[in-house]
Amino acid sequence: MIELLGKTKIDFMGKRRYAFALSGLLVLLGLWAFLQILRGQGNLGIEFSGGISMQLKFDGPVEVGKVREALRRADVPESNLQQFSDPSRILIRVKREYTQQERVMERIQAALRDHIPGRSFVVEGSDEIGPAIGKGLRKAAIWAIVISIIGILAYIAWRFEFRFGVAATIATFHDVLAVLGVLVLMGREITLLVVTALLTLAGYSLTDTVVVFDRIRENLRGRRKDPLHVLVNGSINEVLSRTVITSLTTLLASLALLILGGEVLRDFSFALSLGIVVGTYSSIFVASSLLVEWQARVRTKPASRRR
Amino acid sequence: MKKTIKWRAILLAFTTALALLYVLPSLPGFDVFPLWWREHLPHERLKLGLDLQGGMHLVLEVNAEKAVENATERWVGEIKSAFDKEKIFLDRISREGQESIRLRLSRPEQRDAAAKLLSEFAVLESNPTSDPSEILLTLKAKEVKRLKEYAVRQCLETIRNRVDQFGVSEPQIVPEGERRIVVQLPGVKEPQRAVELIGKTALLEFKLVDERTNDSKVMQEALAGNPPPGTEILYQRITDAKGNTSSVPFLLEKRTLLTGDSITSAEVQIGRELNEPYVSLEFDRVGAKIFSEITGANVGRRLAIILDKNVYSAPRINEKIPSGKAQITGRFTMEEARDLAIVLRAGALPAPVQIIANVTVGPSLGQDSIRKGLRATLLGAALVVAFMIFYYRLSGVVADFALLLNMIMLIGALSWLRATLTLPGIAGIALTVGMAVDSNVLMFERIREELRLGKTIRSAIDAGYKKAFITILDSHVTTLITAVVLFQFGTGPIKGFAVSLSLGVLINLYTALVGTKTVFDWMTTRADVTTLSI
Repeated sequence: MIELLGKTKIDFMGKRRYAFALSGLLVLLGLWAFLQILRGQGNLGIEFSGGISMQLKFDGPVEVGKVREALRRADVPESNLQQFSDPSRILIRVKREYTQQERVMERIQAALRDHIPGRSFVVEGSDEIGPAIGKGLRKAAIWAIVISIIGILAYIAWRFEFRFGVAATIATFHDVLAVLGVLVLMGREITLLVVTALLTLAGYSLTDTVVVFDRIRENLRGRRKDPLHVLVNGSINEVLSRTVITSLTTLLASLALLILGGEVLRDFSFALSLGIVVGTYSSIFVASSLLVEWQARVRTKPASRRR
Repeated sequence: MKKTIKWRAILLAFTTALALLYVLPSLPGFDVFPLWWREHLPHERLKLGLDLQGGMHLVLEVNAEKAVENATERWVGEIKSAFDKEKIFLDRISREGQESIRLRLSRPEQRDAAAKLLSEFAVLESNPTSDPSEILLTLKAKEVKRLKEYAVRQCLETIRNRVDQFGVSEPQIVPEGERRIVVQLPGVKEPQRAVELIGKTALLEFKLVDERTNDSKVMQEALAGNPPPGTEILYQRITDAKGNTSSVPFLLEKRTLLTGDSITSAEVQIGRELNEPYVSLEFDRVGAKIFSEITGANVGRRLAIILDKNVYSAPRINEKIPSGKAQITGRFTMEEARDLAIVLRAGALPAPVQIIANVTVGPSLGQDSIRKGLRATLLGAALVVAFMIFYYRLSGVVADFALLLNMIMLIGALSWLRATLTLPGIAGIALTVGMAVDSNVLMFERIREELRLGKTIRSAIDAGYKKAFITILDSHVTTLITAVVLFQFGTGPIKGFAVSLSLGVLINLYTALVGTKTVFDWMTTRADVTTLSI
C-alpha cells in the first residue's frame, strides 16, 4: 500500500487564525476585482465588452512593434496586441463599442497590407461582438453565478445542517473570489470561458468540502464528547489523503489542458487549476474552520471564552 | 452473489457495446466497415461545433420598428387615394413617429364622412384631437405586434433563401428571442461575402432622375440640404481602376415607381461589348405593365436603379419597354453580380437587419483546436492512469478500466444525443477524466480505512462502497448543478462544455458504482481471498 501522506496528525484548526488572515486577504482581493469589473475597469473579454478580435497568421515571423506601428499609422482605434508562441501568429483586439459602419476589421487588414511590406497574412479567425450582445452576456453571466450559488446552497443546506450549508457556501464564495482576484491582479482577461471556469470550480471545489463535512457529520454521531475543534481536526486528518488525491487527479487533467490546450483554453485551465488548489485549501481552512468558529461563538456567548 | 455479478457484468457489457456503436463512426477508418453496417447501424459522426470545424456564427437583430414605419407609410398612401376617390379634401397627411398618421381636412364639415371612411381601415384607430379639422390615427397595438413578428419571420425566410442559393452545406438559421436571428454557416469559405449577402436589405427601387440634376444652381442648393419639393439626393458610388471611390450625387424624384417586389427572376449575364457581368431582371405581369407605362411616358428621361439607397445606374430611356425586362449594370465583378442576383431573387428584407455578433473561425484554426484539445486530453488521461496504477496498484487498474468505459460511454452518449462537440466541450471531457477517478479514489480510501480496522476484504469492500456512496453522490450533484446552470445560460461553445461535463459526471456515477464494484465483487468471489492490491 502506497501512502502519499500516511496517518497525519496536523493541527489544522489551531492554525485557523493565520488561515483566516490569508483568506480574508484573498476575499478582499476578489471583492476589489469584482468592483473593478463592475466599474468597467477590469480586463473584460470582448464577448462582454463588445469589440473586435482577430487572429492573424503571417507567412513568417512578424514583430509586434511593426504591427502596432502599422495600426497607429492607419488610425485604428486603441488596440491590444498579443503574440503567440508561434511568432507568425498575432492576436489583435479592439475593445470598444463601435458601429458596423466603421468597418474596423477591414481597416485593420488594409493597414497591415499597406504598412507591413513583404509579409502576407490570412485571418484565421475573428470575433466581432456588438454592445447589445455584450450587455446580454454580462447579465447572463451574473444570473448564472447567482443561480448556481443558490442551487449549491440549497442542496448543501438540504443534505447537511444549516450551519454546514452556510460554511460551504462561504467557502465557495471564497474560492471564486480568490481566483477572480488573482486573475484580475495578474491582468488576465475575464472571458466567457473564464466565467465558465469560475462556475465549474464553484461546483467542483465543493467536492472536497463535502468529503470533509461528511466525515465530520459521521464523527459527530459517534463521538459527541470531543470538543468540536478536536473532532474537526481528527476528521480532516482522516480524510486528508482523499481530498488531496481527488484534487490531484483533477489538477493533472487541468494542468494538461493548461500545457497543451492552446491559447483559447489557457486562461480557462489556469483559472481551474488555481481553483482546484484553492478549493482544497478552503475545504479545510475556510469551510471547516468556520464550523468550529461558529460553534465557539454560539457556545461561549455569555461567559468564559474557551481557547 | 455470483448471479448478480453475472447480470451486472452483462448490463455493463451491453451498455458499453451500445456506446461503442455510437463511437465507431467518429473514428478514422469507419469507411472500411461493410456497407450494411454503415447503413443500418449508427453512422453519424460526432457533430463538431463551429469553433472546431470552422465557419461563421452571426447574430442579426431585425430593426422591426422600421417595418412598422414602412407599413404606416403605406397606410398613408392608401388613405390618401381613398380620400381622393371619395372627394374628401385633405390639407395634408403625414406619418408621425413609427405608428401614427396625422391628417388635416381642408373642410372641417367633411369630418363625419372622413370618420366613416376611416372606420373601414380596421387596423387603425383614431385618437381624440383638440382641433376639429385634425385627425390622429394610430396602428392598433395588436397590428404593431403582428407586423414586428411578421418582419422577423419574413427576414428569416428571406435570409434562409439567400443562404440556400449561396451554397453552404448544413446552414442553421434560427430565431433567438423576439427579434434576433442566429445564422450558422459551417465551413464557409468567403466570410466577408456571406456577411454582405445576408446583411443586405436589398430594397430595389426605380425612380426618375429629375431634369434639374444638371442645373448646378439647383444642385448646389439641394446638396446644401434643400432639394426642391418632391425630390431627394442619392449617390452613386464609383470605384475606379485604382480602387479609389468617389460619390456622384443624383437629384431624383422622391416617388418610387417600381420596387424589387415585382421581380420574378434575376440572372447574371455577360455583356457582349465590355465582357462585364450584369444582372438581367424580369418583372411579373403587373410589374411589366407598370414598367412599360413608365418607360412609355418618359422616353428621353433617365431612370435610376437604386439598391438600398445607392444609385447603381441611371440609364436613359430610349423607347417604351413592353417586355418586362431590365438590366442592372455597374462594373461588377462576377461574384458581386452573382450575389446581387441572389438577393434580388430572394427578395428584400422587410426591415433592415444589423449584425450584432460575428464569430468566424477559419478551418485551420479549428483543426489546430482539435489537435490541441485531443493532445491535452490524452496527456491528462495518461497522467491520471499512471498515477492510479502507481498509487493503487491492481485496484488502480480497475479504476482505469472504469475510466475507459466512462470515456467510451461519454463519447457514445454525445454522439447518440447528437450533441455538438466544441473546444470547451473537449476541455469538459478532459476534466471528466480527472474527476472520473475521484469516485474510485473516495471508495478505495474508504476500503483502505475499513481494512485498517481489521475487516475482511469482502466486508471492507462492501462497507467502503456503502459509506462512500453518499459522499460521491453529494459531490457529483454540486458539479451537476453548475453544469446545468451553464447549459441554461451559456452560448454555443459553453453549452458544449456543460453537456460534456454533466454527461461525464452522470456516466461516472454509473461506471464507478456499477463498473468497478462488479469487478471487485468478481475478484473476491473466491472464499479464500486474503489480499487486495489497493
